[in-house]
Amino acid sequence: MQQEFIPVLIQIVIATGFAVATLIASVLLGKRAKRNQMKDSAYECGMLPIGEGQARFSVKFYLVAMLFVLFDIEVVFLYPWAVSFKRLAVDGGQLVVFFSALSFIVILFVAYLYALRKGALEWKD
Amino acid sequence: MTFLFYIFAALAIVGGIGVVLNRNPVSSAFAMIVSFLGLAALYIQLDAYLVGTLQILVYAGAIMVLFLFIIMLLDIKSEEGRQFGVFSTAGAVVVAGGMLLIVAKVLKNFEAGEKALTPLKGAAAETTDVSAIGELLFTTYWFPVQVIGMLLLVATVGVVVLSKRELR
Repeated sequence: MQQEFIPVLIQIVIATGFAVATLIASVLLGKRAKRNQMKDSAYECGMLPIGEGQARFSVKFYLVAMLFVLFDIEVVFLYPWAVSFKRLAVDGGQLVVFFSALSFIVILFVAYLYALRKGALEWKD
Repeated sequence: MTFLFYIFAALAIVGGIGVVLNRNPVSSAFAMIVSFLGLAALYIQLDAYLVGTLQILVYAGAIMVLFLFIIMLLDIKSEEGRQFGVFSTAGAVVVAGGMLLIVAKVLKNFEAGEKALTPLKGAAAETTDVSAIGELLFTTYWFPVQVIGMLLLVATVGVVVLSKRELR
């Protein structure tokens, strides 16, 4: 069983190797800047910054993340369905497998349409 | 194929150590993702394909998004410079040592720790666990799946209503 996963391992090695090689290349080829605390601080017309410049995040990030979580859960249910569909519905003739998944997807499609129509997927206000 | 086990077990442990040692909470969260990926690979090696996939989709995906949201609300600068007192260090040592003792005792005193896993019986043996769970979900338990769909719909509506400034 585990021999089948050798291609997956190779893919992981190639992906990691590419990322590492890119980072190393940018260090080798790029110019190095001298860093110190003064240079890292925010430049505001030469004035010294006061307090923390912690950015306030827009609620839009929350909206996108929550929608991702919800549709991620949908994928979780579709995965066992996709794996067992051929055995049960195509070969086994159990139509309930088809229609229950169809109804599930339709319900989630209504959720998607709602989010789309309410403008939840648009970035600009 | 034991070397695969060692690779991914090491990945999970390195990720776990990274979570504890990083001072920046965001780096900790990303080290946790590395740890989760190692765990998922271990589950798949045990033929638990669904658990492995869920580990990636739900834990490394959805749960980590929630984690990062909590971190976003923290003051990262003050967390980085945080010092730990004598009592909290002593408490951590006691808890970690006790945990290590319990694990050592279980591994030493119980035979089950050394037994090989027996293969699954029934429908799961002929197909994979994912297929067997899919069969149960979409035949016997098709109605609860619809209820979950409705729950996700309601959650979507709730998210949009709560976070959209003016609804159209």
